[in-house]
Amino acid sequence: MSEKVKIHIDGKEITTEKGRNLMLVAKENGIFIPSLCYYEHIDPPLGSCRVCTCKINGKFGPACTEKVEDGLEVEVNTEMLRDTRKALVEMMFAEGNHVCPACEKSGECDLQHMGYELGISSIRFPHLFKDRVIDYKPSRIVMEHNRCIKCLRCVVDVLTNDGKRVFNYQDRGNETFVGVDYTQEARLSDEEVLRAMKICPTGAIIVRGVSLSEPFGERKFDHSTASVNKTTHPIKELQNSKPREKKRIATVSLAGCFGCHMSMLDIDTDLLDVIELVSFDKSPLTDIKEFSNRCHIGLIEGGCCNSENIETLRKFREHCDILVAMGECAVWGGLPSMRNSIPLGECLEEAYLNSVTNDISSQVIPYHEDLPKILDKVYGCNDIVKIDYFIPGCPPDASHIWKVVKNLLWGDEYSILYSEFKYD
Amino acid sequence: MKHHFTEPPKTRLLNNLWELQLSQGYISEKDIADLAKLYNVSEIEVEGVVTFYHFFHQKPTGKNTIYLNDSIVSEFKGFDRIRETFERETYTSFDSVDRSGTFGLFTTPCIGLSDQEPAALINFHPFTHLNSMKVKEIIQRLKKGDDPATFCDDPADNIRYTPANGKTVFFRDFTPGTPLIKAKDLGSDKVLESLKKSELSGRGGAFFPTWKKWQSARLQPALSKFVVCNADEGEPGTFKDRVLMHSRPESLIEGMMICGFTIGAEYGIIYLRGEYRWLRPKLEQAIDGYRTKGLLGKNCCGIKDFNFDIRIQTGAGSYVCGEETALLESLEGNRGEPRTKWFFPVEKGYLQQPTVVNNVETFCAITHIIDIGTDTYNSLGIPGSPGTKLISVSGDCRLPGIFEIEWGMTVAELLELCEAENPHYIQVSGPSGECISIREKYRRISMLDLLSTKDIRCGGSFMIFNRDRDIVRILMNFANFFKQESCGICTPCRAGNFILQRKLEKLEHGLAIPSDIIELKAWANLMKMTSRCGLGKTAPNSLITALEKFPEVFEEKLDKTYNGLSRKFDMETATRDYESYKS
Repeated sequence: MSEKVKIHIDGKEITTEKGRNLMLVAKENGIFIPSLCYYEHIDPPLGSCRVCTCKINGKFGPACTEKVEDGLEVEVNTEMLRDTRKALVEMMFAEGNHVCPACEKSGECDLQHMGYELGISSIRFPHLFKDRVIDYKPSRIVMEHNRCIKCLRCVVDVLTNDGKRVFNYQDRGNETFVGVDYTQEARLSDEEVLRAMKICPTGAIIVRGVSLSEPFGERKFDHSTASVNKTTHPIKELQNSKPREKKRIATVSLAGCFGCHMSMLDIDTDLLDVIELVSFDKSPLTDIKEFSNRCHIGLIEGGCCNSENIETLRKFREHCDILVAMGECAVWGGLPSMRNSIPLGECLEEAYLNSVTNDISSQVIPYHEDLPKILDKVYGCNDIVKIDYFIPGCPPDASHIWKVVKNLLWGDEYSILYSEFKYD
Repeated sequence: MKHHFTEPPKTRLLNNLWELQLSQGYISEKDIADLAKLYNVSEIEVEGVVTFYHFFHQKPTGKNTIYLNDSIVSEFKGFDRIRETFERETYTSFDSVDRSGTFGLFTTPCIGLSDQEPAALINFHPFTHLNSMKVKEIIQRLKKGDDPATFCDDPADNIRYTPANGKTVFFRDFTPGTPLIKAKDLGSDKVLESLKKSELSGRGGAFFPTWKKWQSARLQPALSKFVVCNADEGEPGTFKDRVLMHSRPESLIEGMMICGFTIGAEYGIIYLRGEYRWLRPKLEQAIDGYRTKGLLGKNCCGIKDFNFDIRIQTGAGSYVCGEETALLESLEGNRGEPRTKWFFPVEKGYLQQPTVVNNVETFCAITHIIDIGTDTYNSLGIPGSPGTKLISVSGDCRLPGIFEIEWGMTVAELLELCEAENPHYIQVSGPSGECISIREKYRRISMLDLLSTKDIRCGGSFMIFNRDRDIVRILMNFANFFKQESCGICTPCRAGNFILQRKLEKLEHGLAIPSDIIELKAWANLMKMTSRCGLGKTAPNSLITALEKFPEVFEEKLDKTYNGLSRKFDMETATRDYESYKS
């Protein structure tokens, strides 16, 4: 039996044994320290994701590589540390290409879960759009390098029965990626391959066939199912019942799919109340093409992929007091920005020249002075004009959108339910 | 009885790869498969090692492989011109090999010749003070088939200054073997005491008290212990270790022997950076000299039962291997990825055995401290920071080179000694160090890194930049360096350096707005706070201190048209690609 020590985590006194992993000790005592790389049985711990950064005896350091000693003072949940963790996870989003709606592992993904847990609505960092190629060569898995966060789990923990590595880091610096050994991969059993997919905290390791034929089931971060009544009522009952001034809203869909607009209509009967309170100016809902008045709020769906988007967005900035980026595409580019790591020429040629068509003569890349010009990449709205608020989601939940709008217009406070917060 | 320890075969992997690289100019897929079979590991693991080090290639690199240094000092001394000349003369562009396979052109970060830039390595032989004429001549001789080894330069030591009246610590003579005998006469406890008294601390730049490190290693019960010399002098602008190994290799060997004796180790390894391959014969000669005199090997210097021997391991191009745990990984034949702080090297270091890792200058200092005694040593420098320090001075000055200063010298004095030209900005301790404005020239250089004294702790690099040098350009050079040299394991360093580089690029292009400056600061601090090893923790230092000291430079670069709502967006650039489809 080893020596007993006393430590403090966020003021709570804990007695434990000397030399144990701080991460484990915290967990046993009901204190959750978020992490993406930590795995109990991997020894020594990996310490690669840094999400578990805490303040330990006044110094910043990861909990997962800390051995418990007597008198250790640990801070876990200070506002600054929470923001630090959020920033680190945002960095992973910025570095990769994490499009949850297009990912097989959505709902079963630790990174996505962490996004919900930390309440990430937009990413403070510029998206890096690194050009990475998906590796289809392994016999049973697909390695999607865009989703890999380099946590080291698969490198250390997926071994053949004679102890050889299947995955290993390649290159270094910002070029680092996890390479797959095709020979060793072929020697893994089916169970081991499935396990590799399971321990991957994102959707980087995907087993062919399996993920698509068998849905992962309920998402572990959904606290309630969709059928539960989504309240749109404010926390506090509205004190004044006097008629409110009617406000003007403009909406637009730039490089988006109109999904966010469709979602907006999903509040069903509440729509009748909304109509009482606001009027729509320029919007696809009214089919008004030009601004007739200055608006209080502009809701933007979609990012900017062509010159017309840019002009429209600038007009919105000019005519609206507050601009809200609604949905992933408006926030950072979203699905359309998946083309950002591919040169424009290649995209156009693939779409217009090399794709299969019935009409051979129509194989031209359209260019006309009346057509909007396609930009070199898809830009998030905040890169072009200042955006005041961001609503994440693909699409965002209807009540989430309206709660934000009502809060901005009249200052009422609402709580956004966990189930209303969406990335996918 | 001492246990005899054999190093596992895989520790030879780096040497195998070097042999292949040097003999064939690259490492083929078959070689990787063969090595994987030999060491019974998967091919991807060997490939991971090959791709980690930038001197190993998987494609042919030409009969003459040319590495031109692209560090900031080189950039200001005419890098672009030299680069163009190389390209023109060899009919090749950088990062490629010409059609006949005669020349391969590559750039590489600082090669430790900042006092004689622009400089390049050709087949790992140094060529310094390059100019267009010289490059032309070199290429002509290479075309004729001359071996670069026969006409390369022997880089000068450029020792510009040592303390007056022969009070030099590092550049004094001693009889080989005597410092070790003196250490033996003192006994291990007294040696540690002398080190404590001399307040010697790690000269690689971390300044960890040497006696503490040695004592912890000494107290470890393990039978096999290792002494490792960190000669991976990768910090751009540093070349003091190069000069020490070139001019005084004996003091390094002796220092390692004293360490071995004190902590009870039998094995010494010098981890020599790949860029210093050309120094290896010199070091080997010195080691052989010690061996033939019976000073190394069994019963060293006639001390009964003290066996100690030294071997050299050459690195293969990686800045992060200067981090001690990354260095140990590299010694073991792995990718040079820093370990976590779960164990310290003095507990479980090389091959999981207790290991002392010290810098070249530290070992040399020990030799002389033991030789001249702590009293003489402590009479130099200032109270609390005794002794001398080697500073590698480069950049805009007339006398770049090595300055052995007594601790406590002011920046102004040093600038005068090296005849600095219109100095404005000084980068101390390299890109991971501190940026100093000329306004602070009366600060002292010492180990007293306390807020009350405001002294500057200098690891060795001292790069001087004049008034015409653009700070943002300097920082961009550093950012590119860190972006490539991060080992890639932890998020804040791998992604963070990339993000900071993008942000600086934005600033350079005049697209940044005031909030970008605030973000730069916040993100730099985030990296400092959360990175896994010293690289990520110190990479943003130069940026943070530059933002503090030259805010006007950054403001000047901001987008002037910014009105709080609009952001600069260049439609012309954004649609340029598409315009090419206009028929």
